[in-house]
Amino acid sequence: MTRRLLLIRSIVLVTAILGLNYVVWRWLFSVNWDAWWLAVPLVVAETYSLVDSLLFGLGMWRLKERGEPPLPEEGLTVDVLITTYNEPVDLVMATARAALDIRYPHETWILDDGNRPEMRAAAEAAGVGWITRSQDWVDMPRHAKAGNLNNALEQTEGEFLLILDADQVPEPQILDRTLGYFRDEKMGLVQTNQFFVNVPDDDPLGSQAPLFYGPIQAGKDGWNAAFFCGSNAVLRRDALMQIGVVRYADEMALKVWRNLYYGESVIKKARRQTPREETLVRDALGEVEQAVKDARERLGRGEAMFDVTYDFQRTVEEVRRRLVASDLEVMAADLEAIAALEEQSGEGDGSLVDPQSVLERMSHRDWSPLGAIDSVQALVDSVNVDRHGEAQAVMPMATISVTEDMATCMRMHGLGWKSAYHDENLAFGLAPEDLETMLTQRLRWAQGTMQVMMRENPLTQRRLTWGQRLMYFSTMWSYLSGFAAIVYLAAPVIYLVFGVLPVQALSSDFFIRLVPFLVVNQLLFLVVANGRKTWRGQQYSLALFPTWIRAFTSAFGNVVMGRSLDFAVTPKEKRSPTGPAWHLVRPQLIAMGALVVASVVGVARLAAGQAGGVGTVLNLLWVAFDLAIFSVIIKAARYRGFEPVDAPPAPAGPTEPTTSSTHTTSHTPDRASGQSHAEGAA
Amino acid sequence: MTEFHVDTTASGIGVVRPEGRLNMVAARQLKSVLADLVAGGTHRIVVDLADTSFIDSSGLGALIGGVKSTRQQGGDLRIARPTEAVLTVLDLTNLTKILRPRDTVDGAFDD
Repeated sequence: MTRRLLLIRSIVLVTAILGLNYVVWRWLFSVNWDAWWLAVPLVVAETYSLVDSLLFGLGMWRLKERGEPPLPEEGLTVDVLITTYNEPVDLVMATARAALDIRYPHETWILDDGNRPEMRAAAEAAGVGWITRSQDWVDMPRHAKAGNLNNALEQTEGEFLLILDADQVPEPQILDRTLGYFRDEKMGLVQTNQFFVNVPDDDPLGSQAPLFYGPIQAGKDGWNAAFFCGSNAVLRRDALMQIGVVRYADEMALKVWRNLYYGESVIKKARRQTPREETLVRDALGEVEQAVKDARERLGRGEAMFDVTYDFQRTVEEVRRRLVASDLEVMAADLEAIAALEEQSGEGDGSLVDPQSVLERMSHRDWSPLGAIDSVQALVDSVNVDRHGEAQAVMPMATISVTEDMATCMRMHGLGWKSAYHDENLAFGLAPEDLETMLTQRLRWAQGTMQVMMRENPLTQRRLTWGQRLMYFSTMWSYLSGFAAIVYLAAPVIYLVFGVLPVQALSSDFFIRLVPFLVVNQLLFLVVANGRKTWRGQQYSLALFPTWIRAFTSAFGNVVMGRSLDFAVTPKEKRSPTGPAWHLVRPQLIAMGALVVASVVGVARLAAGQAGGVGTVLNLLWVAFDLAIFSVIIKAARYRGFEPVDAPPAPAGPTEPTTSSTHTTSHTPDRASGQSHAEGAA
Repeated sequence: MTEFHVDTTASGIGVVRPEGRLNMVAARQLKSVLADLVAGGTHRIVVDLADTSFIDSSGLGALIGGVKSTRQQGGDLRIARPTEAVLTVLDLTNLTKILRPRDTVDGAFDD
């Protein structure tokens, strides 16, 4: 173990002990139950923050700083896939030209989800492959970027894929620096840094995520849980395809079982509703029912799903044929009679119709009388291994969330693949330059993370190790900070205005337990950050509380109630400055106003002798801290976009700043930093 | 549920317009509608398929049965304005020989 890691582990351990010591004491001995409506939310929020801190510490415990990468093997085949939807052609081509210059032999492809002729022409002129959705996708769910990649996976062949967002301009050595990790045959993913060139040093919108693309990823890496973030990553095709195939098999098995299980009652009901005189149909339904029973029994004996469903479909086909045949028997007799009539009158020739050929054609599932009973038809369709209503049977990229990267990566880990985080800037991208675009992007990330948490909660994924489960959960947990933020805002306001104290007493006990915890917690950040700036991240983790809360409620509505996520489409072009965007941050401004007013009231109460000195001073400090956190919002709302000081900082960087659309942007999973915020009570 | 609109024109032609899916269930109804018309002395019938979204073998059987019973009475059954879905089935089964689709209901008996 390095000395650095030893130091980090010591601090993690001390932080955990002091944190638990404080919070347990808070719950057991210091809650002011007379003001439970404030005291309980506060102690819950503090507990939330402690868990956040413990999960952060758990990551740091295994901080894996990989350093120099191994050299790649020669002769690997690689596809460089550049995803685009509606970004300007020039911007995409800048990325594509840089991709052509990547040194390791590869093929370059533009995945143009917008199917634009001018994009195609530019790609072909530059000698870059151009891929758009195949015919299979017509009228099918498109699944945004995940669908775009899945479509391309069917049309390309390389063993490895480098995935780049349209605005992520790669360095020539990007593959030389990453492919070496795949010498390990179980390595499925190598994620590198994401760095944005159109961001000033003070980063008003918090675009860079130095703590995430650094210690947090390195910590997850230590638990073999380094995240896939959608761009600047190399994936092993095998691993992706395996995800697709395993998911397909699991989902099909589940679907077929469920339908065979409920199938009998569906058929019985259909049979009851069929008039008695329709004996043919009633018999047919009886046979389908028997086929369902047989299929279930055979599956129960462990026979192959493909064989069983195939035979089931054949049996039903037979039943259909018989139904059609009986219709046709009648029809044939009629046709003969018609022909006889025509002969008498010397008209046309009814015998041209060949009943046998009609039989062949009408036995098609849609045109047989069995199709009249919708419920039975749906059942029969579902006892099959094709994927109705999807463009591709096998979907390697997960489609359960708007942030497909996290869900895909979790499934990959679930199948026993490894991932690596390589901490180096190997591509240079563009970040949103206005508050509105930034807020939309953060909302989307947060919603995506919440969707995964609610659909495939990592804590219940039995194929993941506990370390991996907690690393995924840690990111999800961090997005719940919006609720804690409200409490941390309300508590000092309530004390200063009404004098309600959520703790029993501001004893020395309180300070002795709290202050050391806060100090070591900050120390941990200082040590792991190793000179990286983390203050912006800490600010945004609280300052965007309305966004985090909205992400949670809308994802809940989507996953549990089946509503649309209904997030706004990000503006495509850079907006012309129209003055500060105060309307986007109204809740934050109200909160800041309340803090200021409360401070004035608090001081007045102190002067009037109505409030205690220690409590007032402590809460004023708290207010000052909250205001320092929220000051970033003012800065962000006033931000007018990036103006380069000197020459463009990145090689081959596009000169015209443009924001990326939400459709294709990659994603920084942690809401900001993983900063714990166990503040003191008043 | 499939509905049947039945009209008789001034020139004594019966017009039947099935609305919805002409499947096994609806075919039974169509058969009886046609049989009633023929029994009531209407031997020239147009089945207006403009609002028929789907047809299966039972539906076809009902139409063919209608052709037979009307012709036996010296009349005929003609179909008009089939939808794409219905036309596909007619083409597939070569039944357009017997049931040649007409463009309009009014002109169905003009030739």
